[in-house]
Amino acid sequence: MTAYIIRRILYAIPILIGVNLITFVLFFMVNSPDDMARMHLGVKRVTPESIEQWKVERDYDKPLVFNVEEDGSDRFTQTIFYQKSLALFAFDFGSSDSGRDISYDISQRMWPSLAIALPVLIVGLLTNISFALLLVFFRATYVDFMGVVLCVIMMSISALFYIIGGQFLVGKVLHLVPVSGFGEGIAAWKFLVLPVLIGVIGGIGGGTRFYRTLFLEEAHRDYVRSARAKGLSEIKVLFGHILKNAMIPILTGVVVALPLLFMGSLITESFFGIPGLGSYTIDAINSQDFAIVRAMVFLGSVLYILGLVLTDISYTLVDPRVKLN
Amino acid sequence: MTDSLLSIHKLTTQIGRDDGAIIPVSSVSFDIHPGETFALLGESGCGKSMTALSVMRLLPPAGKITEGEIFLDGINLRDLPEVDMRAQRGGNIGMIFQEPMTSLNPVLTVAYQVGEAVKLHDEEHAGDIDARVLELLQQVGIPDPERRMSEYPHQLSGGMKQRVMIAMALAGRPKLLIADEPTTALDVTIQAQVLDLLRDLQKRTDMAILLITHDLGVVAETADRVGVMYAGEIIETAPVDTFFAEPQHPYSQRLFDALPSVERRNRPLTAIEGNVPSLAETFRGCRFRSRCDVAKEICATELPPWHGDQEHGYLCHLQQLRSESIEAPQEASISEQEPGKNVLRVEQMQLYFPIKKGLLRRTVGHVRAVDGIDLDISSGKTVALVGESGCGKTTVGKGILQLLRPTSGSVQLNGTELTKLKGENLRSLRAGMQMIFQDPASSMNPRMTVEAIVSEGLIAQKIGKDRSERLERVKAILDRVGLPERFMKRYPHEFSGGQRQRIAIARSLVLRPDLLVCDEPTSALDVSVQAQILNLLKEIQDEAKIAYLFITHNISVVSYLADEVAVMYLGRIVEQGDVDTVLGDPKHPYTQALLSAVPVADPQREREIIRLPGDMPSPANPPSGCHFHPRCPRATDICSQSWPELSKSGTHKVWCHLHG
Repeated sequence: MTAYIIRRILYAIPILIGVNLITFVLFFMVNSPDDMARMHLGVKRVTPESIEQWKVERDYDKPLVFNVEEDGSDRFTQTIFYQKSLALFAFDFGSSDSGRDISYDISQRMWPSLAIALPVLIVGLLTNISFALLLVFFRATYVDFMGVVLCVIMMSISALFYIIGGQFLVGKVLHLVPVSGFGEGIAAWKFLVLPVLIGVIGGIGGGTRFYRTLFLEEAHRDYVRSARAKGLSEIKVLFGHILKNAMIPILTGVVVALPLLFMGSLITESFFGIPGLGSYTIDAINSQDFAIVRAMVFLGSVLYILGLVLTDISYTLVDPRVKLN
Repeated sequence: MTDSLLSIHKLTTQIGRDDGAIIPVSSVSFDIHPGETFALLGESGCGKSMTALSVMRLLPPAGKITEGEIFLDGINLRDLPEVDMRAQRGGNIGMIFQEPMTSLNPVLTVAYQVGEAVKLHDEEHAGDIDARVLELLQQVGIPDPERRMSEYPHQLSGGMKQRVMIAMALAGRPKLLIADEPTTALDVTIQAQVLDLLRDLQKRTDMAILLITHDLGVVAETADRVGVMYAGEIIETAPVDTFFAEPQHPYSQRLFDALPSVERRNRPLTAIEGNVPSLAETFRGCRFRSRCDVAKEICATELPPWHGDQEHGYLCHLQQLRSESIEAPQEASISEQEPGKNVLRVEQMQLYFPIKKGLLRRTVGHVRAVDGIDLDISSGKTVALVGESGCGKTTVGKGILQLLRPTSGSVQLNGTELTKLKGENLRSLRAGMQMIFQDPASSMNPRMTVEAIVSEGLIAQKIGKDRSERLERVKAILDRVGLPERFMKRYPHEFSGGQRQRIAIARSLVLRPDLLVCDEPTSALDVSVQAQILNLLKEIQDEAKIAYLFITHNISVVSYLADEVAVMYLGRIVEQGDVDTVLGDPKHPYTQALLSAVPVADPQREREIIRLPGDMPSPANPPSGCHFHPRCPRATDICSQSWPELSKSGTHKVWCHLHG
């Protein structure tokens, strides 16, 4: 088990190096520091001098990978690749193009993101599983049929509609909670209720339909027939046998997404004015702040790889057939 | 009807809605008495499982019983509310299924799954469920039951799983046990153990057994009475002895004629032409008519009457007609021909799979799937490789065809060493060696037409100048295997199992191979269709002088088809020789046990089954000395110390210390 985890983590290293290299190529070679400077400075003020000055202020004036003007190891360290790209491995994200410390911003902004994403995940999971079980219990009846139709309708509606509609109805017409914004500490709850609720509702269609398929797949297996032949009631077959087996793909599917919860949601956070990592990324893209975007791309990849490792480990915990060695 | 335990009267079951519904069970009636074993015999799709599921009221969601009555011990099961029916299921009626591998829940322990049944149906033991589970596991002969209780199904062998299923079914002390093909998925030696157990349990508890099977041998061994089903109807009921002595219905008679056996060597089997009709049809007249060789005009227009009573009778227009069993004329004996040239020579082939462990994936051992075997096959000859699942026989086939590369040893096809060849050199030789597989459905690409499937090999081997030339060859070969030309544009799912196997044979033969490796080619087929395929294989061999390596566990097919037989156990051949010598006078204790465990379709024949304890050990860690010694009834000290030397008398080779 330990050997397996260590090996999995070792496998992750070449992937991370690859991600780092691709990020570097995308952000510094495809789109050179000169281009960044030009975009930032706008059309009117662009002179060779102003570009140079912009680059010096942000340490973008060095050569990309090899510095011929320096000696010894400085030839490699005094480069953009070393200072901007390799530093990501140490989670040293540097400062944003507008001069703020990215690491500090992330540590501040991940908590509001988590405060929305985690409840959406948990409440959504429970709701979707409950609805899916209900449909499976009434399978091949009109309840099942209408339920699936409703799911498809809910899936087909844009997330934006849920957000705007929810804000209009709950915030503007009913005045139950504020339309958007965020508060400090425990006072934040009233800002969180609406985005969480809308996040859950938006996920019901797809989630229920997916879990229903998983349950139905298990419901056709031979062991379910054996369980019925024992004389178990339909409820016991559903909870004691089908649910336990279907939870394997459900749980492992959730585990892979767990680390990414920190990244927040781009759209929800922007619409509700939540100061999380999602809105942070959106703002960075809008203001062409490549340092932040680069940091978030790299962070996302690391968290995803972490999620994959956790998934493999979680299999051993929920499925007795899987032994990692 | 007074003393019967289960009484089924004119049961009709329908699946699907009125238009396009299929009727898998139509007007089926039979009785089972306490302590009796009643066998429902029939080919796949004849409705025998659906009859059982109707009794359990566990039909698929779209299925329902449309007519008839089912009485168990005087209770009308059809009218019972679902709550009371649940008390019957697992209580008065226990059921076990064909696939023990998938019939247990993989994520729950043995104790939990058996305990669930105890909790439901055994109030007496409600306080101490574990003790009762232990008792049940002991009752079904599971060794070391305390340890097994906390294990999961994947940790048990197939035979053990079926024992757990039986323990589960026994939890409610059933009056009726429904066994749906309980041993079909198991090896013969394990099958013998399970059938023994069922007989033994029946003796002790006096329960009735409804045995569903397609195997005449199993019926002869275990049943008291038999009902033959065809296309949803019971066409004949009889006490087993009478049935085997004098089957009445033409279909029953043809089933016996289609069985391969030693006596039928050198002559084609009497195959029943065509396939079981689809149950979606509406039938006028007799359902067997289209395949019946003694059918008359009346058979097409009027429903046949039932002769005799419900306990013993048959459904046919032809009264008192015992048509002679049809035996094809013996052909000129081909076994007398001079030996052909050698096609395949295998010497000391080993095929190991590495076991890797630890952080650095170091190889810590090997699974010795094939551990040094020798084989020789001449053109026009058939060598059968027999053995139980896991003995390495399929791996031998793959090793010969270089689909898996042997670890060491030599494989020569027509004198060319294959193990050293690579890439294009090997590929060009592949036309000379072809393979057909057990499951024709999964060994063909479902998105390719028959034409594409058969001509793919021609394209790969660059045979034929253009498409039209290849098309000619495809047409010719399809004609040879008995498929009309119009099938060329169809897809595999449009065919029956027998037809698909014909396509698979055409796909191999179109390349005109010298060697054909047949890996259980008839195991997935019904007896009547098996006879068609065996006939075809035999005809083709006589025409083209192809050498066959026939991999199978079916001894009667071996005795019918093979010239030579090699018996494998745990990666090694333990006995080899002419088929008559080996099957007629087996020397190795394993061969003796294997042959004794095969059920024979003759209830009169008393046979002594040599019972082997336990399961085959893992090839990753084979026992010392002779691999068979831990299970051998005649093992001595030397057997655990060294692998026996070959002892030879004529062409009969045995590797056993008893014959040193």
